Amino acid sequence: MTAPPAPPRLLLSGISKRYPSVVANDDVHLDIAPGEIHAVLGENGAGKSTLMKIIYGVTRPDSGEIRWEGKRVHIDSPAAARALGIGMVFQHFSLFETLTVSENVALATGLPSAGLSERIREVSNRYGLPIDPERLVHSLSVGERQRVEIVRCLLQSPRLLIMDEPTSVLTPQAVRQLFATLRQLAAEGCSILYISHKLDEIRELCERATVLRQGRVSGEADPRVESNDSLARLMIGSELPSCPLPPGTPGEVRLKLDAVSAKSEDPFGTALDGVSLEVKGGEIFGIAGISGNGQQELLRVLSGETLSEKAGDVRIAGVEAGRLGPAARRALGLGLGFVPEERLGRGAVPALSLADNALLTGARGAGLTKGPWILRGKVNAFAREIIARFRVKTPDETAAAQSLSGGNLQKFIIGREVLLSPAVMVAAQPTWGVDVGAAALIRGALVDLRAKGAAVLVISEELDELFEICDRIAVLADGRLSPSVPTRDASVELIGRWMSGDFTEVGHVQA
Amino acid sequence: MFKLEARPAPSALMRVASPLFAALAMALTGALLFWALGQPVGKAFYAFFVQPLTTAYGVGEWLLKATPLLLCALGLVIAYRANVWNIGAEGQLVMGAIAGGGVALAFPDASGPWLLPAMLAAGVLGGMAWAAVPAFLRTRFHTNEILVSLMLVYVAGLLLRYLVGGPWRDPDGFNFPQSRMFGEAAVLPLLHPEMRVTVVALLALLLTGGVWLFLARTWLGFRLTVAGQAPAAALYAGFGQKRNVWIALLASGGFAGLAGVAEVAGPLGQLQPSVSPGYGFAAIIVAFVGRLSAPGALLGALLMSLLFIGGETAQMELGLPAAITGLFQGLLLFYLLAADLFVNYRLRRVSPAATPALKEATR
Repeated sequence: MTAPPAPPRLLLSGISKRYPSVVANDDVHLDIAPGEIHAVLGENGAGKSTLMKIIYGVTRPDSGEIRWEGKRVHIDSPAAARALGIGMVFQHFSLFETLTVSENVALATGLPSAGLSERIREVSNRYGLPIDPERLVHSLSVGERQRVEIVRCLLQSPRLLIMDEPTSVLTPQAVRQLFATLRQLAAEGCSILYISHKLDEIRELCERATVLRQGRVSGEADPRVESNDSLARLMIGSELPSCPLPPGTPGEVRLKLDAVSAKSEDPFGTALDGVSLEVKGGEIFGIAGISGNGQQELLRVLSGETLSEKAGDVRIAGVEAGRLGPAARRALGLGLGFVPEERLGRGAVPALSLADNALLTGARGAGLTKGPWILRGKVNAFAREIIARFRVKTPDETAAAQSLSGGNLQKFIIGREVLLSPAVMVAAQPTWGVDVGAAALIRGALVDLRAKGAAVLVISEELDELFEICDRIAVLADGRLSPSVPTRDASVELIGRWMSGDFTEVGHVQA
Repeated sequence: MFKLEARPAPSALMRVASPLFAALAMALTGALLFWALGQPVGKAFYAFFVQPLTTAYGVGEWLLKATPLLLCALGLVIAYRANVWNIGAEGQLVMGAIAGGGVALAFPDASGPWLLPAMLAAGVLGGMAWAAVPAFLRTRFHTNEILVSLMLVYVAGLLLRYLVGGPWRDPDGFNFPQSRMFGEAAVLPLLHPEMRVTVVALLALLLTGGVWLFLARTWLGFRLTVAGQAPAAALYAGFGQKRNVWIALLASGGFAGLAGVAEVAGPLGQLQPSVSPGYGFAAIIVAFVGRLSAPGALLGALLMSLLFIGGETAQMELGLPAAITGLFQGLLLFYLLAADLFVNYRLRRVSPAATPALKEATR
C-alpha cells in the first residue's frame, strides 16, 4: 500500500450554524495545510467569529464535519481544542493585570510553575517576542501583552494557531516583528489561521485566503497575486468605495486646545501633558496613536466629561468652553458633535429604542423637546431621517440599539451627530470594527461635514483611515501630542517614529 | 440535561409573564403550606383571597391598604428606574406622618380648608427631607444610599416613638403612647360612608397617571431612565449625575411622605408608635412586581394589599400566625426574582451525545 498524500492539518466541510435570527455559517468549507499561513477575510457579520468559535470548541456547528489531520473529530470545548493542538490569540486579551506574566501563564495553561519562567524566556527569545516573566501585566504595553498571549499559546506547542485581528493594537514596527514571528512558526510546521480585515497585511503575510460573505464562502484566493480592490470585491461584492478628499479651504479656527494637562481617572490611564492643537473650519485633523496613550483622557477633555482648570483651555467656535459640561458644549453656537469610541453604553443606551437614542443628544439641536415635554412625533421623524440618510439596517426606529450590528449602530450614532450640523465634530475610532461598506459611508459623512465648513477632529488607530480623510495629522504618544504635518507630507515611517514618542524629526511643521 | 443560555434579546413576553408565574408559584407553595399546617386548602384559600372582598367594607379595606403601597411604589419606580436604590421608603413614610401630624397637632382648633392641604404638603416635605439625607451623603461623600436610607428607617421609627411617648403624648390619654386625636378639619374625607378608604386613593390613581406620563413623555423622566440604564451615556449626553440622584431620592421620599400623612390623617386619626405595618418595605416588592412601571405598580399594590388583609383574615378565621403575611410577600418576591432570570436566559435541552464526542476529540 502506498502512503496517501499528507492530509490537511484541518479540514472543515459543510459547516453550518444557525442562530435564531441569522444564519452565521452556511455550508462553509475550509482547509489548511501544515505550515500554511491562511487568511480568513470578511466584513463584520460575515461569519468569521462564529467559524473560529467552532474550530476552537466554543460553539458547536449544527451540521458539517471537522477533520483534524485526516481524522474526524468533535471539538466540544476549548480544552478539547487545546488537547488537539489548537491555540488561539484573541483580539481582546484575557490577562489578570495584577499578576505577573509567569503567574498568568501558569493560571491559563495549568503548567507547573516550577521552571516556567525559564521556559517563557526561552520560547519568547526563540521567536523574537522578548518578555520578562516576572513583570506585572499592568505595567506592560499593549504590544507586550499580546506577546504574553502568543507565548502562552506557544508553550503548549500548537500545530494550529488562530490569530484574531492581531494587529489592531500594534505599531507598524511591532506588526513587522509579529509577522517575522509568524513566518518562523509556519516554517517550523505550525499552521496559522489569520483573521483580519486589513487587506494589505493579508497580502503581505498569507499564502491563501478564504473569503466569507454573509456566512458563505464567496471565494478562495492567493492574496499575494490579488489587489486590495479584487479582495474587497470578494468580501463585499462590489468595488471598494473610495473617498477622494477634494482640496479644502480651511477657514477660521473652530476648536483650540491650549496646553491642556489632565490627570486620568483610570489608575492605569495616561495623563495628558501640555496638549495644544488648533482645528480650522473646513479641515479634518487626524490624531493617530495606539489606544492607551491618552486618547480617552483627551476625548473627555474635548467632550466636557472632564472639565479643564481654566475656561480658556478649550475654545469651541470661539467660546471659552473649558468649564462647560457636555450639554452646554453641544449648545454653543452651532455646537459640538461627539462620537465616542464605545457605542453601546456611551454613544447609545443599549436597551432603549433608536428613537430614544436619537433623543439622547438630539433633544436641543433638533428641537425634539418643548418645555418639559418630549415631542414623540418629532423624535420618531428625526430617528427615521437618520436611518434613511445613513442607510442604517433596522426594521424601524423602535428597534433597540443593542439589536443592531456594530457597524449599523455606528452609522446611526454618526448620523445623529452629523444631522445636528455641528460646528465642531470630534469622532473617536469612527470605523473601529465596522465593515468596509459602512466605513466608507462614515468617512464620506465626515468629509461632507468638512465641506460644509465644520472643524472635524478624528482620533483613530487606523493609519490608512487617517491618511485617507485627514488634511493634517499628528500623533498622541504617552499623553503628549506631536507637532502636526499636512497628510500629503507625512510618511508611515514618520508617524511610526512619533508613535514611539520621538518628536525630534518634525518635517513640515505647522502649529 | 438542560442548559441555561443567554437569549439574543431580552424576552418582552417573559417580562410580563414573570410576575404572573411568580404569583402562581406563590399560590402553589401557599397551598402546600396550608396542607402541611393541617388546614383544608380550599377553605384557607377562600379565607385568604376571596372572603376579604365579599363585603363593601372588605373592598374598602383592600383599597385602603393598597393606597399607601401604591404611593410608596410610585416613588420607588422613579428612583429604581434611575438606578438609585432607595430602600428607606418606610422611614420617609414615618417622617411624612410626623411632619403632617405635627401640623395637625400644632393647630388643634383650626377649621379652615387650608389645614388638610398644609398637612399633605408638610408630609411630602417631611419625606423629602428624610430622603435628602442619603442624597446629600451619596453626592457629597459617595456613601451607599441603600445602607443610609435603610438605617434611617430605624431612626425615624425611634423619633416617632419618642414624640408620642414624650412631647406629643396626649395629656388625657391615660399615659398611652399616642398623640391627641386630630381635629375634624385635619381628617381626610372618606370615599364612601361604609368604607374607611379616603380620597387619597383617588389622588394616588391620578398620580399613577402622572408618573406614567413623567417617565414616558417628559425630558426629565427620559434623562432619569438613561442615567439608570447607561451611566456613561448619561455623562456623554451631559445629564448631571448628582442632579439625577437628588431627583430620584426626593421624588421617592415625597411619595412615601404623602403615604405617611395620608395614614395618620385617614384611618388612624392620630400619631401612634407605629403608623405602618411595613408599607414602605412591601412597596419595594410592589415596584418590582409592577416591572418598574406606574400601571404595573397599581396592579402590584392591589395584589400586595390583598396579601395584607388576607393575612389578617387568615389569622382570625384559621388561627394562623401573623407571620403568614410576610411569608406570602417573601414567596412572591422570591419567585419573581427567580422567574426574572428567564427574561434574559432560556433553558435548552442539551443532547446527551455530547459526552462521548468529547472523549473522541481528546483521544
